[in-house]
Amino acid sequence: MNTDAPVKLIFEYEGQETTGRLLPADDSAPMDLAAVLGSDNLRPAPPEIPNLAENQVVRHYTRLSDKNFGVDNGPYPLGSCTMKYNPKVHEDLAALPGFAGVHPLQIPETTQGCLELLAELEKQLCMICGVDRMTFQPAAGAHGELTGLLLMRAWHLSRNDHKRRTIIIPDSAHGTNPASAAMVGFEIREIRSGPDGLVDLNALEEALDDETAGLMLTCPNTLGLFEKDIRRIADRVHEAGGLLYYDGANINAILMQARPGDMGFDIVHLNLHKSFSSPHGGGGPGAGPIGVASFLEPFLPVPVISSTDDGRLFLDEQRPLSIGRVRGFHASFAVLIRAYAYILANGTSGMREVSEAAVANARYLQSRLSQAFDMPYETPCMHEFVLSASNFKPYGVSAMDVAKRLIDYGFHPPTVYFPLTVKEAMMIEPTESEDRESLDALAEAFLAIAHEAKTRPELLHTAPHNTPVSRPDELRAARQPILRG
Amino acid sequence: MAIVKEDLLYTRSHEWVRFADGLATIGITDYARNELGELVFAEAVSPGRRVVPGQAVGAIESVKVAADILSPLTGEIVESRTEIDNELDQLTEDPYAVWFVVIRPDHLSELDSLMDAAAYEAFCDSEG
Repeated sequence: MNTDAPVKLIFEYEGQETTGRLLPADDSAPMDLAAVLGSDNLRPAPPEIPNLAENQVVRHYTRLSDKNFGVDNGPYPLGSCTMKYNPKVHEDLAALPGFAGVHPLQIPETTQGCLELLAELEKQLCMICGVDRMTFQPAAGAHGELTGLLLMRAWHLSRNDHKRRTIIIPDSAHGTNPASAAMVGFEIREIRSGPDGLVDLNALEEALDDETAGLMLTCPNTLGLFEKDIRRIADRVHEAGGLLYYDGANINAILMQARPGDMGFDIVHLNLHKSFSSPHGGGGPGAGPIGVASFLEPFLPVPVISSTDDGRLFLDEQRPLSIGRVRGFHASFAVLIRAYAYILANGTSGMREVSEAAVANARYLQSRLSQAFDMPYETPCMHEFVLSASNFKPYGVSAMDVAKRLIDYGFHPPTVYFPLTVKEAMMIEPTESEDRESLDALAEAFLAIAHEAKTRPELLHTAPHNTPVSRPDELRAARQPILRG
Repeated sequence: MAIVKEDLLYTRSHEWVRFADGLATIGITDYARNELGELVFAEAVSPGRRVVPGQAVGAIESVKVAADILSPLTGEIVESRTEIDNELDQLTEDPYAVWFVVIRPDHLSELDSLMDAAAYEAFCDSEG
């Protein structure tokens, strides 16, 4: 990482008046724009675009990129986010002119190849998830949740079952689950996990009634634990008249080992940008497709890909029971291309190895770190695990301190203070991309920090030491953000 | 050590309840404030809404987490602190002085399931 002083903002460079000009000054006669466009359409003053020389701009952004840390720099064990390595050949494929040059408003006769890719990807993902149809419309995970819940509501209403207004969500769920359910207008009923970190069947039983619209569940859950009672859970929700939504954020753990559809889920979400290899973080684009069992197919958002009798593919908008359109155009197409490439490159056996390695890596790291950190659950983890830094409380050291110190050792910190059910939580997901050497390096760094926590805690309190900014003032950033240059 | 006040009742999700004249006033405890860390946002649910135990009567957000303030009682919200987001400094200073909502409980028996100060202090110790 570049350890220079903080870089300036692009607006703060000197010499803005004279330097940035590629072409000779414009000597054509000025046009009366107000007469042409109407004075209402003119801005009162020119936009304040920095006027810099090309090399200033290039150096500025190169310097900024030097300060970045991504999967291409080193291990990035950010639990729940699946920061796996994304093969570069997928970028080449997504950039092929036949894909990159196509416009979403072209007539289907000219985009049969792209539609075929979507149709094939849908088949593959349906097979992986154990569902019958899929929509690629949702832009990312939370949008997928929203879409899935709209499908759930549409199904209940289509049966004239107007009482179904509660969604049951375990307390270990991703925060977006209750937020999405509230967006759709559902009431949220949170159920406490059992002491083993899993869904407590008694708590579920108490929450179920004739108002239950459905259950949202992540499996393996946010603690990296597989819901061993999943069939029983599914049966009970179905018996009560509800549907099951699968939050696929953690599908990396069970890829080609088990299928959410077989577990009893009716609506299955995936984060293609996470599990199926698109660079992510920093705002997208993502893809959060939703797969459904056949009885929900009529409600899928439009358009869906259909074929004519002679085998031509087209975007079908004529679906009377559809919940409608949830997004402009046809989704994040480049993310879908990468996902398709990932599936074909790995094949069935390769994807099985992905989940095996993801789980083996996490268990190895969990086992090594259990020497020095509290492990709140004894069950062996799946693709990620949650440890607690609360054993360092007597030394005044928090999970945040450990995370910040990890930056000094050259690693991206794990997720901290989530899930909320574990105190001083650190959530670690090494992914299948890391080899034994880098797992050991990460483990050694954690263990060295654990030793420092007891012997030199001040080192952790002031970490990180080698970055231009040590600890940003998160409080001021949240309360008094400065959002303009 | 988190401050626990003698004259209040407490929940396992770290709300305090002051019951007087048939009304229950609800806020967050000093322990909760310490666990949350620096506060960045708070809100209270508007009056008139009916709630059941476990339902949110407000929300609070810190640099670490966002959490709901949960009602321990069945009843109607009769008063709520709509300006609480402007009172984060006071809430940080003394969480027992800044309440979120006032509820008129339907069943006074629900108060029996809440902890008194001694029980809550022991509960906080067990939470670490």
